[in-house]
Amino acid sequence: MDLSINIPGLNLKNPVMPASGCFGFGKEFAQFYDLSELGAIIIKAATGEKRFGNPTPRVAETASGMLNAIGLQNPGVDGIIEHELPFLTPYKTPIIANVAGSTLEEYADVAAKISNGMVQALEVNISCPNVKEGGVQFGTDPELAYEVTKKVKQQTDLPVYVKLSPNVTDIVSMAKSVEQAGADGLSMINTLTGMKIDPRSRKPIIANQTGGLSGPAIKPIAIRMIHQVYKEVKLPIIGMGGIETADDIIEYLLAGASAVAVGSANFKNPAVCVDLIHQLPETLDKYGFTSVQEVIGGAHH
Amino acid sequence: MIREWMRIVNHQEIAEKTYLIELEGEISTLVKRPGQFVHVQISEQYFLRRPVSIADVSPVKGTITLLYKVMGDGTEALTYKQSGQSLDIVGPGGNGFPVHQQRGEQALLVGGGIGIPPLYYLAKQLTAKGVSVKSVLGYRSESDLFYVDEFQSLGEVQITTNDGSVGEQGFVTDALPPLNSIDYYYTCGPTIMLKKVKEELINVPGYISIEERMGCGIGACFACVLETSESCGKGYVRVCSDGPVFRPEEVIL
Ligand SMILES: Cc1cc2nc3c(=O)[nH]c(=O)nc-3n(C[C@H](O)[C@H](O)[C@H](O)COP(=O)(O)OP(=O)(O)OC[C@H]3O[C@@H](n4cnc5c(N)ncnc54)[C@H](O)[C@@H]3O)c2cc1C
Ligand SMILES: Cc1cc2nc3c(=O)[nH]c(=O)nc-3n(C[C@H](O)[C@H](O)[C@H](O)COP(=O)(O)O)c2cc1C
Ligand code: FES
Repeated sequence: MDLSINIPGLNLKNPVMPASGCFGFGKEFAQFYDLSELGAIIIKAATGEKRFGNPTPRVAETASGMLNAIGLQNPGVDGIIEHELPFLTPYKTPIIANVAGSTLEEYADVAAKISNGMVQALEVNISCPNVKEGGVQFGTDPELAYEVTKKVKQQTDLPVYVKLSPNVTDIVSMAKSVEQAGADGLSMINTLTGMKIDPRSRKPIIANQTGGLSGPAIKPIAIRMIHQVYKEVKLPIIGMGGIETADDIIEYLLAGASAVAVGSANFKNPAVCVDLIHQLPETLDKYGFTSVQEVIGGAHH
Repeated sequence: MIREWMRIVNHQEIAEKTYLIELEGEISTLVKRPGQFVHVQISEQYFLRRPVSIADVSPVKGTITLLYKVMGDGTEALTYKQSGQSLDIVGPGGNGFPVHQQRGEQALLVGGGIGIPPLYYLAKQLTAKGVSVKSVLGYRSESDLFYVDEFQSLGEVQITTNDGSVGEQGFVTDALPPLNSIDYYYTCGPTIMLKKVKEELINVPGYISIEERMGCGIGACFACVLETSESCGKGYVRVCSDGPVFRPEEVIL
C-alpha cells in the first residue's frame, strides 16, 4: 500500500502529522513512539518575542470536543530555534513551523528567522482566535490575508501553507486571496470561536471568556469547507479538525485534502498519530483503494 | 509514562460521594514519587482525561489506589465502572513530592478535601524513612471523612471540618501544631487553602501540590501553566509536567 504523498516542499512517507499547538515541540510524545514514523510534524506557533499567553483556566471540555485559549504561549522564535528545534531535527520527519504574529512585521520577522534550514515548510497562522491583536483579523479579511501571505513569501524560500480560519462566512474568497498572494498550500481548519458557561459560577469557564473549539464537533464544518475550497482553488490542502480514526482520514482525503493533521485527539491518546498511520493501509484497502494519492478529491469525481 | 488499560480490582464508596478505586497494571511499577498523578479516560463520551492523584501503590499486588470525589459529570460516570472492567490510563504524570527528609526529622502534612489522597502515599514513604509525621486534614463535614484511621496509623492527626461536626470547626490553618518543631511541610488542596497555608507557614520550608485544568497532561499543550515568581527562571511552569508539586516560593498562587 502506497501511503506517500508529495506536496510543495514536503515528501511525506504518509499523510499524517500532528497539528500545531497539540504536540508542543515533540519531546513529550517521543516517550510514546518514534517520531520518525510521522508524515511530518507541525510545531507550536512561533511569535517574534516570547509570549506567556492567557490566564487560566485555558481549556474546557465540550460535547465531542474542547475549547482552548492558550493565547499562543511560546518561547519566541529565537528560543524555539535555540532550544526546541535541535531535539526534532535528527528525526527522519519533515518539520513545519507555525508562524504567528500581531503585525505584518512580526510575521515577516518570524518567517525570516525560522527559515534557517531547520524546518522544511511554514504554516502561517492567520487564524488564532485567542489573541487580542492580529491573528484572526488577518484570517477574516481577504485583503489582510493577501498582504500577510505576500509578506511572508518575500521573506522565505520555503513553501508557505496558509492556515485558514473557519470563523468566516466565505471561506472560498479567503482561499482565493492567499492563492493569489502566492501561497503554496492551505491548511484548514483552525478552531471555531466558542464559549462555555458554568451555571454554578454563572461565568464563562475559560478565563479569556471565548476559546477555540476543536475535536470531532468541528469535523463536518472542516469537511464542508475543504470540499468547497478544493473545487475553486488549485492549492494542496492539509486538512484537520476532529480527526480520531482512519475513516476520518479517508473522509478528509475524499473531500480534497492531500494530507491531514491530528490535533486535540493527541490529548486523548498520545500515540494516536502513529496508531492511525498503522491502521491506514487496512482502511484504504477496506474502501478499495491501493494508495493515498488516488483518494484525494474522490468525492468530486 | 505510558498509556495502558488498567484492570479495576476494587471500587467502593468510602465516604459521601468519595470512592476508592484500585487499578492493576504496569503503571504501578513506574511510580517514582508520591504526589504523581494518572490521567483517566472516563469513557468515549468525555473528551478530556481527568487528572487524579496516586494515593497509594502496592508493589506486591501490582496496583495503584486512587481516591476521588464526585465533582461533576465525569467523576459521576466513573462511579459506574465495576471491578473486572478496565480503564484507559496515562501515567504516572508529574514529579510529585521529593522524599529527602532524614530519620528523626518532623514533617507536617496539610490536606484539604480531595487534596488529601496523595498525602497518604507520602506519609507512608516518610514514616518508612523514619521521619515523624503530623497530619492536619480538613473535610467539609463528618460524612466526608475518609482515610483518618490510615493516617492515624502513621502519626498524629488533627481533623478540621467546616461545620464542626468532627474535630475542630474551621479550616486546616486554624489547627496547625506549633511550628518550631517542623522541619518541612507538604500540602495539597484547593488553591484558596494552599494560599493560606503558604502564608501561615512562610518560615517553614515546604512543598505544595497544585490543581489546574489540563489538556494533554504531559506537558505539550500549555493549558495548565502557572506564573512563577520573578526569581524563578522562565516565568512559568506547567502543573502537569513541571509539577504538580512546587516550592511555595517558586509560584504565584
Ligand atoms: C494533579 C491533580 C490531581 C488531582 N487529584 C485528585 C484526587 O486524587 N482525587 C480527586 O477526587 N480529584 C483530584 N483532582 C481533581 C479532579 O481532576 C477533578 O475533580 C475532576 O477532573 C472533575 O471532573 P468532573 O468531570 O467530575 O467535573 P467537571 O467539572 O464536569 O469537569 C469538567 C472539566 O473540568 C476539569 N476539572 C474540573 N475540576 C477540576 C479540578 N479541580 N482540577 C483539574 N481539572 C478539573 C475536568 O478534568 C474536566 O476536563 C486532581 C486534579 C489535579 C490537577
Ligand atoms: C490546545 C490547542 C492549541 C492550539 N494551538 C495552535 C497554534 O499554536 N497554532 C495553530 O495554528 N493552531 C493551533 N491549534 C489548532 C489546531 O492546530 C487545529 O487546527 C485544531 O485544533 C483543529 O484540529 P483538532 O480538532 O484535531 O484539534 C491549537 C489547538 C488546540 C486544541
Ligand atoms: S496539560 Fe498540557 S501542558 Fe499541562
